[in-house]
Amino acid sequence: MIELVYFAWVRERIGVDGEILPLPPGAATVGDLLDWLATRSPGHAAALSERAAIRVAVDQSFVCFDAPVTDGVEVAIFPPVTGG
Amino acid sequence: MIAVRVQAEPIDSAAAISALTAGRDDVGAVVSFTGFVRADDGLVALTLEHYPAMTERALATIAAEAEARWPVTGGSVVHRVGRMLPGEAIVLVAVASAHRAAAFDAAAFLMDWLKTRAPFWKSEERAGGTTWVTAKASDDTAAARWELVPAQSD
Repeated sequence: MIELVYFAWVRERIGVDGEILPLPPGAATVGDLLDWLATRSPGHAAALSERAAIRVAVDQSFVCFDAPVTDGVEVAIFPPVTGG
Repeated sequence: MIAVRVQAEPIDSAAAISALTAGRDDVGAVVSFTGFVRADDGLVALTLEHYPAMTERALATIAAEAEARWPVTGGSVVHRVGRMLPGEAIVLVAVASAHRAAAFDAAAFLMDWLKTRAPFWKSEERAGGTTWVTAKASDDTAAARWELVPAQSD
């Protein structure tokens, strides 16, 4: 299983703070995971369609879309940060 | 040691700054930056969301990097979360050192890194509704001057 957590407008478009899902078969990278997630609902598709506006952290560290994703990790999906 | 903290309560900048010199005689400079909520275009309130599991860790990493780069004697990074009103402080960065250059540079570095690497998101509340703030390319440019690859870029 992987734990997905969403923030800001990604959370709003998907409609939940997060979800726990089985790692989809064949999903080796963060990019693969995002492609699969986008097919889950219209909200997921709306949140994830503009890939250039999406940032990802695996186990609380920023990663690129070609980073590996494995069973048991926490994957956070959010827009570029705007704090400070 | 640069202390980091995330809090919902208002930031007491004066207390954080005075703590950097209390009981010490080796501090020659303290530089501080405080960011405030502006009432631009009828803004009523600003709400800061964050990723609790990652935030303190990201701030601690940023603080450790500043300590490795400059001979600071102490520092404080305080970021507020939740809803705040125009005129209230969002963030405080304060750095103490023996000489001014290290304090100025470390404070600017901490802010530039925080803007591009700490998981906070601002939403702006106006009479017409609430909108998420869009990240600025100028923040990536500011962070890049410290010869860092922006963490958010692919």
